[in-house]
Amino acid sequence: MTNSWTDIRNTDLVVIMGGNAAEAHPCGFKWVTEAKANRGAKLIVVDPRYTRSASVADYYAPIRQGTDIAFLLGVINYCIQNDKVQWEYTKAFTNAAYLVKEGFAYQDGLFTGYDEGKRDYNKDSWDYEIGPDGYAVVDETLQNPRCVWNLLKQHVATYTPELVERICGTPKDKFLKVAEMIAECSSPTKAMTSMYALGWTQHSKGSQNIRTMAMLQLILGNIGIRGGGMNALRGHSNIQGLTDVGLMSNMLPGYLNLPTEKEADLATYMSTRGFKPLRPNQMSYWQNYRKFFVSFQKSMFGPAATAENDWAYDYLPKLDVAFYDILRAFELMNQGKMNLYICQGFNPFQAFPNRGKLAKGLAKLKLLVIMDPLQTETARFWEDHGVYNKVDPSDIQTEVLQLPTTCFAEDEGSLVNSGRWLQWHWPGGSPPGEARTDVWIMSQIFLRLREMYRKEGGPFPDPILNLHWPYKDENEPTAEELAKELNGYVVSDVADPNDPTKKLLEAGKQVSGFGVLRDDGSTACGCWIYSGCFTEAGNMMARRDNSDPDDTGAYLKWSFAWPANRRIIYNRASCDLDGKPWDPSRKLIEWDGSKWTGYDVPDIAPTAKPRDVGPFIMNPEGVSRLFARKMMRDGPFPVHYEPFESPVANLIAPKIVGNPVARVFPDDWKQFAETASPDFPYAATSYRLTEHFHYWTKNNHVNAVLQPEQFVEISEELAKEKGIALGGWVRVWSKRGEILAKAVVTKRIKPMTIDGKTVHVVGIPIHWGFIGAARKGFPANVLTPFVGDANIETPEFKAFLVNIEASTGPVA
Amino acid sequence: MTAYDQKPETPDDVEAGDAVHPGHPVTVDRYTLGARINHWITATSLVLLALSGMALFTPRLFFLTGLFGGGQWTRAIHPWIGVVLFFSFLILFVRFFRANLPAREDVDWVAHSADLLAGREEKMPEVGKYNAGQKFVFWSMSGLIIVLIASGVVMWDQYFYNLTTIEQKRIAILVHAVAAVCIICVWIIHVYAAIWVKGTIGAMTRGQVTGGWAWRHHRKWLRELVGKGNPRGPHAPAE
Amino acid sequence: MFPPIPNPSVSPDAAVQRFGEKDIMRRSASEVTPPAERLTEVAKLIDVTKCIGCKACQAACLEWNNLHEEIGFNHGVYTNPMDLTPDTFTLMRFTEWVNPETDNLEWLIRKDGCMHCEDPGCLKACPAPGAIVQYSNGIVDFQHENCIGCGYCIKGCPFNIPRISKVDHTAYKCTLCSDRVAVGQGPACQKACPTQAIVFGTKDEMKEWADFRIKDLKSRGFENAGLYDPQGVGGTHVMYVLHHADTPSIYAGLPDNPRISPIVDAWKGVTKYVGLAVMGFAAAAGFLHYVVAGPNKVSEEDEENAERLTEGKAPPPPEPTQGHTQHGSTP
Repeated sequence: MTNSWTDIRNTDLVVIMGGNAAEAHPCGFKWVTEAKANRGAKLIVVDPRYTRSASVADYYAPIRQGTDIAFLLGVINYCIQNDKVQWEYTKAFTNAAYLVKEGFAYQDGLFTGYDEGKRDYNKDSWDYEIGPDGYAVVDETLQNPRCVWNLLKQHVATYTPELVERICGTPKDKFLKVAEMIAECSSPTKAMTSMYALGWTQHSKGSQNIRTMAMLQLILGNIGIRGGGMNALRGHSNIQGLTDVGLMSNMLPGYLNLPTEKEADLATYMSTRGFKPLRPNQMSYWQNYRKFFVSFQKSMFGPAATAENDWAYDYLPKLDVAFYDILRAFELMNQGKMNLYICQGFNPFQAFPNRGKLAKGLAKLKLLVIMDPLQTETARFWEDHGVYNKVDPSDIQTEVLQLPTTCFAEDEGSLVNSGRWLQWHWPGGSPPGEARTDVWIMSQIFLRLREMYRKEGGPFPDPILNLHWPYKDENEPTAEELAKELNGYVVSDVADPNDPTKKLLEAGKQVSGFGVLRDDGSTACGCWIYSGCFTEAGNMMARRDNSDPDDTGAYLKWSFAWPANRRIIYNRASCDLDGKPWDPSRKLIEWDGSKWTGYDVPDIAPTAKPRDVGPFIMNPEGVSRLFARKMMRDGPFPVHYEPFESPVANLIAPKIVGNPVARVFPDDWKQFAETASPDFPYAATSYRLTEHFHYWTKNNHVNAVLQPEQFVEISEELAKEKGIALGGWVRVWSKRGEILAKAVVTKRIKPMTIDGKTVHVVGIPIHWGFIGAARKGFPANVLTPFVGDANIETPEFKAFLVNIEASTGPVA
Repeated sequence: MTAYDQKPETPDDVEAGDAVHPGHPVTVDRYTLGARINHWITATSLVLLALSGMALFTPRLFFLTGLFGGGQWTRAIHPWIGVVLFFSFLILFVRFFRANLPAREDVDWVAHSADLLAGREEKMPEVGKYNAGQKFVFWSMSGLIIVLIASGVVMWDQYFYNLTTIEQKRIAILVHAVAAVCIICVWIIHVYAAIWVKGTIGAMTRGQVTGGWAWRHHRKWLRELVGKGNPRGPHAPAE
Repeated sequence: MFPPIPNPSVSPDAAVQRFGEKDIMRRSASEVTPPAERLTEVAKLIDVTKCIGCKACQAACLEWNNLHEEIGFNHGVYTNPMDLTPDTFTLMRFTEWVNPETDNLEWLIRKDGCMHCEDPGCLKACPAPGAIVQYSNGIVDFQHENCIGCGYCIKGCPFNIPRISKVDHTAYKCTLCSDRVAVGQGPACQKACPTQAIVFGTKDEMKEWADFRIKDLKSRGFENAGLYDPQGVGGTHVMYVLHHADTPSIYAGLPDNPRISPIVDAWKGVTKYVGLAVMGFAAAAGFLHYVVAGPNKVSEEDEENAERLTEGKAPPPPEPTQGHTQHGSTP
C-alpha cells in the first residue's frame, strides 16, 4: 500500500477491481464502510462476479477476467479525451513531459526490440532522450510528439468504450458510468483509492494490471494524498514482511538485489546501482544503496565482512537465472534437478498451479522437509485419498520429514500489514505437543550444518562458518534480538568530523534510522527499510497509542510503519509545486517556508525546497513514471494481452497468445488449451471466500461449518444449458485435471458477450483439500495452468479454460 | 359362545360373551375379561393424558407435571400415552362399534332424556346394550381420539417437526386443546353416568351386572339375551 | 464510526451484574410483579446495508456460546447451515434479488436470529414457569433448567426462531449475549462485526444511529430505506436497517407485519379460559345432579322382573307403573 488501511476512510471513491476486499479483507473493509457512511464516499466494483464487495457497492460493472488492462487503458483514454486530468500534478510529478528516445515504437501489441525466439525484448530504446548535460530532456509544454504524454495518448487511443466492450464484455454504458465516476477524481479536492489484491497479481501480466491503475491514479493526481493511493491488500498477515525482508529468490532484505553471475565482484555489482539523478537537484534516494548493502553485509557476517574482502560479497550466492521462483522449483523437481525441498509455512501442493505436475515433482524428490503448524496436503502428497488424491504410496520414494512449528498466536514477533505497519505481537498461548518456533528449528539446522562444516570441511564453507550469530542463546535467538538486528546497530564509534571529541554514533547502540547508516562498516543493519523500528528509545513496533491529531487517520504513535514511520509514501505529492496542500481539508504535510511539517513524516528531505526537489525521491527523475523505461519486461506501457488460455483471440493483436514475454516451460505449452478451444469453452477463475483462509481454516471446525464443502459457481443460463441443478454435483475439467464439486447456480454470474460471442464464467473457490475438518474436496490448482507473470512469476490463477457437466459426485 | 358377527341374525347389540345366568338374582355377563382390560388400559391412558395435558395447557395446573416426574418427563411421555390410548381404543372400537350403531329407539330415548335425568326412567323406551347416551360417549370418544392423535402427531416435534409448517402446528395445537376439552367433558359424563347409575361399575370390574340392572336399563338387550338362550325363543341357539 | 464499547475492566467490582432476577419483567407461565423501575432498554441494530455477509457474527456466536454445530453440506447457496438450529443461534441468509425498478441484482444478506420482541410470542406460548423470562432492558432469555422442551415457543414466535435440542430437549435461541450485556459488553456478534453492520447500545441510541444511516441510504437513491422495529410485537430489541423497508419479506422472508399469531392468541387466551370453564361446568353439573336427583338404583322389582323373564314366565307388563320409580323399592 502507498497509504494505509486507516487512510481509506478519507477517500471519496473506492474502486475495487482485481480484488474482493469485502470477501477477502473483511476487517480492512471497515474503512470502506467508514468512508461511505461518514464522507458519502462511493464504491465501484468491477469484477467478473457480483461479489460480496459488489453487494455493498454503489455501482457494479462486470468484466471478463484477464481484461483489466483494456478496461483501465480505456479509462485513461476517457480521461484524456474528456480533459479529466489533474494537469498540474501530471506535468510536475510524472514523466509526462520527458522525451523518449528515437527508435522506441509500439505496433500490433509489441514494442520495439521483440525477439520471438527468446520471448524477450531488447530494451535499449525504452528510455529517455538524455541531453548533453546528462539529464533527461523534458518538454514542459507537452508539445513534442516524442514526449511521454503524447506517446501515452496515442497508445491508449485504441481503447475506446466500444473496444472495451468487445474485449471486456462490460456494456458500454456501464463502462462509461464507471469511467465518469473515476474521472471526477481528477479534481484536486477529490480522492480515489484503488484496492486490489490477487485479482490483479495472479495473471500472466499481473504487474502491468497494477501499473495501469497506478498510471491512472497519477494522471488523476491521487498518489501521495490522503484517501488516494495504490493499495495492495496483502493476503497473509505478514506477506508484506515476506517481501520486505527479501524472501524472494532474487532479493536481499529491503528490496536490495541478490547479485547475478555476471556481477562477480562488488564494483561490478555497484556499477549499475549508482542511481545518478536524471534531473537536477533530485534526491534519487537509491544513491545510498551502498550504505544499505554494506550495513546488511555487516549484519550478516559481522567481523568477517571487511573492506578488504568487499564486505564478504563473495559469500552471497549469485543467480544464474532471473529467479528461482516456485514454478521453476517445481519444473526443476520434475526434471530431477532439485532433490531436497524445505517447505516452511507453505502448502504448495494446494497453492501452486497444475497439481498433476506438482505431484510428479514431489514424488521425484529425495527429501521433503515440512515446517508447519498444521497437517498439510503437501506433507501427505504420498498418501492415497481416493478420488481426492489417487496415488500408490509404494511408488513414491520421497522421504518426508514433518517438523511441527508454533503458529503466529503462540510466539512473539512482528507482523507487517498491508499498510507497512510493523505491529508487535505477544504469544497468546503455549504451543501444543512438540511444536517449536521456526526460529528454533532454523537455528538447529544452521548449528548442525555449521558443526558439520567445521568438522568435515567442504567446498567454500566460509559463508556458513562466518555467519554472524551473536545471540544470547545460540539455540534460539529471541524475537527481540532479531528485531534489533533488522533495525541496525552501530558496530564501531563514528566521530563527528567537525568535532572529533564528539561521537556521532556510539558502538553498540541501536541506530535511530536508515539515515545514519554508513558504507564503511561502522554500522550494521539487517533490513534498511525497517530501520527505526527498534531504537534506543525501545520497541517502536510495540507502541499502542491510538491518538490521531485532527483525525487524519495517520496514527503515528501506533506501531511503526516503514520507511521511517511514514504512513503515506510520496506524501510530498499531496502539495502543489509551492508546497501547499492541493486540498487543505486533506493536509498531510506542507512547506512552512523553511521546512516540511505536518501530520505525517514527510517523504522528502525536511528542508528540500518544493520547487527544486520532486516528490518521487526513489526515482532518479524525482517524478513518477507513466512510461516505465526498462523496468518492466513486457513493455514501458501496458498492453492488453489475453490470458494464456482464453475463450477469444486477442482483438488488438490476434497472433499473440498470452503475454509475449511470460516464461513458459516447454512441457507446459502442451498443457494449455488452445484459444477459443471447443473442448474447453468456459472462462474459469479461482478465488477465496470469507469463510476460509487459504487451506488453513478447513482444519477449524467453526470455519468448516460456515463453508463445509467445495463448490463452483455458474450462471443460471449455463446451468440451464448444461442441465445442472442447484446444489447438484458437477465435474469441471481443464487440460490438466478434473474436479468434482457442488454447483452454486447464481444470478451473480452472468454470461458475457465478447465480440459477439457468449462467454460463460465458471467460478472456483480454492479452499478444500483432503486434510482437515471440512468435507474432502478438490483444490482449484488441479485445473490451473503452470505459467506466471512475466515480471515476477505469480501464477495465472485468475483466468483459464475449463469444461463442465452435471455429475453424480465422487464415488466413495 | 356366540360371536356377535357369527350369525347375521344375531342382534347388533349382543356382543361376544354376553350371557344371562338364571338365578336369584339373575346375573348377566356384560363384558368379557379382555374387554375389561382393554377398557381400563384406555381409561388409565385417558386419565393420564388429561392430567399431563392439562399440566401443559394452563400454568395453573403445571404442578401436575410433578405426577410424571417433572415437565420434561411430562412432555416426553404424554404423546406416548396418547399412542397407547389410540391403539387401546382402536381395539375397543372394534369390539364395541356394532353395538353402538344407531338404532330406532335411540331417537325416542333422546326425546325422553329429560325424563331420565329427572329420574323418570320408566318413561324411557326399552333399549339394547347401549342407550343413546352411551352411544354418544362412544362415538364422541372415537371422533375426538382421531382428532387428538392426528393433531398430536403434528405437535410431536421430537419426531415429526419437519413434516408440517409452523402455521399448521399452531392450528394443530388449538385443535388439540379444544378436542381435549371436549373429550374431558365427555369423560366427565361417562364417569358420572357410571357413578350415578348404581350397579354399573361392576360391569367393568367383575364383568357382570344383575338381571335387575339389565331389566331396568337395557331391557331390550336382556330380552335378546334371554331369547338367545331359550330354544323356544325367536332365535335359535348359536350351537 | 459508532463509538466502540470499551473492553471490560478487569477490576473485581466490574464483575457486578448489571441486571438479573430483580429485573425480570415477564416470566413464562407465571405472575410476576414487574420491577418498579425499568432498566434502559437496549437494542442491537443490524444494518443490512453495511453487511458484507462475512459470517464473523455467526462464528463469534458459535465460539462465545460454545456451540458445536455439525459440519454440513453445500446446498447450492452461501447460507450454511441451511436453517437456525439449536447450535446456530444466528445465521446469515443470502437472497439474490433483482430490483424490478432498476433491473439490477441486489444480494441481500440478512443476519437472522431472535428479535427480542417487546411482546414475546415465545414467552406467551410457554407453559413452563420461568423457562422464558424478559428482563426490563428488553432481553428475552431462555432458562434451560426450567424448559420442558415442548416447542410451544416455536409456535408462539412470529419469526420462527427457537429450536429444540435433540440432546437435552430444551429450546435454544440467541440470548442477546445476556451474559456479556450483564457486565457491560455488547453481544459477541456485534464485537466481531468488522464493518459495524451490527451495533449495540440503548434502544434510543440505536434508533438515532439508524436515522443517520437511513439518511445516507436515501442520499444514495434507496428511497424506501428504513428501520425495521415492528410494532405488531410492540417493537423489538433487535432491529434492522433495510434498504427496502417497504418490503421486508424480500430479505429471506422477514415478516412484513409480524405479530403473535391469532391462533396462538386464541389458544393461550379464550381457549384456556373457556376450556377450563366448560370442564368445570361439566363436573359441577354432575355433582349437582347427584345431589338433587340422587343415585339411580336398581329395585327389587327390577330383579324380579328379570328373574321372571329368564325363567320363561310371562313377561312383565311393558308399560312401567308408578311403582317403578327410582325410589320404588317395595317388594
